Amino acid sequence: MIALFYEDHRIGQSARIGAHEFTREAIIAFARAYDPQPFHLDDAAGAASLFGSLCASGWHTASVCMRTLIDFREAQRVAAAARGKPLPALGLGAGVRDLRWISPVRPGDVITYSVQVESMRETRRPQWGIVGIRATGVDQNGREVLSYTSQALVARRGQ
Amino acid sequence: MDKLYFEDFLPGEIVEYGDTPVTADAIVAFAREFDPQPFHLDAQAARESMAGELIASGWHTAAMLMRMSCDAFLNRSASQGGPGVEELAWSKPVRPGDRLHVRRTTLSARASRSRPAIGLVEFLFEVLNQNTDVVMTQKNSVFFLRRAAEEAAS
Repeated sequence: MIALFYEDHRIGQSARIGAHEFTREAIIAFARAYDPQPFHLDDAAGAASLFGSLCASGWHTASVCMRTLIDFREAQRVAAAARGKPLPALGLGAGVRDLRWISPVRPGDVITYSVQVESMRETRRPQWGIVGIRATGVDQNGREVLSYTSQALVARRGQ
Repeated sequence: MDKLYFEDFLPGEIVEYGDTPVTADAIVAFAREFDPQPFHLDAQAARESMAGELIASGWHTAAMLMRMSCDAFLNRSASQGGPGVEELAWSKPVRPGDRLHVRRTTLSARASRSRPAIGLVEFLFEVLNQNTDVVMTQKNSVFFLRRAAEEAAS
């Protein structure tokens, strides 16, 4: 569970937000569109690279993490609305630090994503705070494949 | 053109490349798959949001930078991928109708001690729009094979 309003976040709060299987087709489709390096497109080129096999673009694993987070948050918003709770406006992301592609994601890998609240700070704008989260992705063997810290605006409850 | 190796990236060098038109369709298609928030999906919903208008997902801008880098130099290089990104900042919105290009500064280059066949080159990438506003900055390193190692192997 991650909070919806800024004030309800707590440092250290964490959640497993979902899992995603990376198929060969999806790995290649993403690479064709955005990252057409040979080791993301072709088995032989992957085998000849430092990765040792075809693997997903790091931007693909990071983008799927974003999708997983949005779906998780949307489910929380739907549940809150069903209980008659107010919903905060959605804030924009400001940036990412320390994004690490720790080990390659290969066809058939299932990545489980988690987030943890790492920092909170108020802004000059009374309606927004900034929440820093650490996002991680772990494969089906428990090996970490991805991590990053993101900063995003989160609406405050207001007076 | 000759293939680019570790030795070809000189600290201090600045090059510009790329010309990617950003369409509403491309913004929405990326967002549907990876970042389905109202300000990336629908012009009307975006007007009522914090963004005030339809804007590209920041991850989409990062993906467009990656594509421009592949087309401009990575795919004629001995790139072996990168360990990650130190910093990624979205400083201005990317809108339908924008045209993006890249200014790449080579910050440092160092040979690997543990793996003599490769070196690590650190870049600063700035993504600019048609008004030369910087919309995104990204600092990250890429592994490249060293020319000497490749020649010795062949």
